[in-house]
Amino acid sequence: MSKINLSVNLCNIQLTNPTILASGILGTTKALLKRVAENGAGAVTIKSVSVEPREGHKNPTVITFEAGMLNAVGYSNPGVDAASREFTNLQDVGVPVIASVIGTQKEDFVRVVEGLSTQRFSAIEIPLSCPHTPGFGLLAGQGTPQATFDITSTVRKVTKLPIFVKLSPNIPEICTIAKAAEDAGADAITAVNSMGPGMIINIEAQKPILSFKVGGVTGDALRPIAVRCVYDLYKAIKIPIIGVGGISTGRHAIEMVMAGASAVGIGTGVYSRGIDVFRKVCEEICLWMQENGFDSIKSIVGAAHD
Amino acid sequence: MIEQPVTVKICDSLEESQGVKTFFFKLDLNFEPGQFLMVWIPLLDEKPFTISYIQKGLVGISVLKRGMFTNILHSKKVGDILGIRGPYGRGFSLKPDSNSCVVGGGIGMASLATLVDRLNPLPDNQRGHVTVIQGARTAAEIIYQKRFRDMKLCTEDGTAGFKGTTVDLLKDLLKKQRFQRVYTCGSEKMLHKVVELCRGYGIECEVSLERYIKCGFGICGQCDCSGQRICIDGPIFNTEELSRMEDFGKITITETGERVIH
Repeated sequence: MSKINLSVNLCNIQLTNPTILASGILGTTKALLKRVAENGAGAVTIKSVSVEPREGHKNPTVITFEAGMLNAVGYSNPGVDAASREFTNLQDVGVPVIASVIGTQKEDFVRVVEGLSTQRFSAIEIPLSCPHTPGFGLLAGQGTPQATFDITSTVRKVTKLPIFVKLSPNIPEICTIAKAAEDAGADAITAVNSMGPGMIINIEAQKPILSFKVGGVTGDALRPIAVRCVYDLYKAIKIPIIGVGGISTGRHAIEMVMAGASAVGIGTGVYSRGIDVFRKVCEEICLWMQENGFDSIKSIVGAAHD
Repeated sequence: MIEQPVTVKICDSLEESQGVKTFFFKLDLNFEPGQFLMVWIPLLDEKPFTISYIQKGLVGISVLKRGMFTNILHSKKVGDILGIRGPYGRGFSLKPDSNSCVVGGGIGMASLATLVDRLNPLPDNQRGHVTVIQGARTAAEIIYQKRFRDMKLCTEDGTAGFKGTTVDLLKDLLKKQRFQRVYTCGSEKMLHKVVELCRGYGIECEVSLERYIKCGFGICGQCDCSGQRICIDGPIFNTEELSRMEDFGKITITETGERVIH
């Protein structure tokens, strides 16, 4: 393959390619992060960490359907102290590691960010947009412009690392919220979190399948919505966008980049194409770029805009 | 593979031992010994179980009464429904032409039962011989009493068979006979000892590991063991793979995702 340049500079973080493991997928242990990196990811995100340990929702927590996945894991995580012990010597992972930090109030975000500060994370992601966990994200009112501004500026005061604010696709005024995050000092927007929540009912049991009954929708069903969100955001904000939602092929990734994303998150694609989805997507991007006469991924960011 | 739970009706049940009950239901599945199903009780929870019988269109799961979920599962009657998805994971490799030993500790025997059925397809198997070792704490906990042709029992209290552990019994057998392959399932401490013992004899092992399972298809990261996902990369791992898994026999992972000493 000739010289296709997939490298990305995202908020001064050097990525060898634009694919990022999305939070909540496989990011439970350092060993799994390393394995994802070995399978071609340009960066990886840990599973979201809260102050206290959380068991999350009972099973079933994740279920697939024809057009993607429905999940209500409920932010199970070992809490900041155990997470800080788990994610030591992160240089071993081989690619930049992003910490996903959650809280029910501003002070929680501070405690988690400070608790993880001894480890070598490359950025902090704050999802203010989970649609299925009481006390967090949308169910805690964190998806409003004011709450987004407050939480982001609070985190801004306690870290010099780049801050990525992850937003929900549900909210029509996503650009207003993104601007609030930008004004508060966010360095990038991750767009988008899962949508919904949605529900899948087993008609024989006459019951919803997920134990939490509802869950966030991801995968193919989410992609057109995610692409539209990224497209709108690209016009509205100056900071870079990490496009997430239904990306499992090189064509999907290119579509997201053309909408305006500087990098792309991959989650459900790990299910549909395997843990080496990152390598496959990169190879497919290269092939397409070669066939279409492009040599740098950077050159097509926002290409779909007038 | 069934991605969303399908409901099945329990059509029979069998008391296997003190604490273990097998539930049978009709389901058409392509199943490899060692794989597992996710069993859903609506509004309660969903847990992984291996298939312990597959015959005449009937699938059986053997359930040890251990916690809230299995207690409620044990109270299910013929006609009650369960939700089933799967099968998931990578099963045992089947080498019916070699002399092999199958070592099951406690309910771990359930994961090995269909393997023994497959390795012993004919009454006069000319190709290879299968020796089964089943270990339990006491005689009342032995399962599948009359199911296999060559099953050696051991109990910790000596109430049935050899007095001692499966590892002790395997050690004894290895002094007298050779196996090309050892298949095993049980507590991870036992598995670790079996693998170490066999390593000394140059015998390849295939081991069934257990972790807390959530998605079952390799996406949530809950069942990690040194970068291997038990649900999709396993649950069966061989000696060579295990030698690269530092957590094997030492570290497990809790419901919150914390890695803790086994």
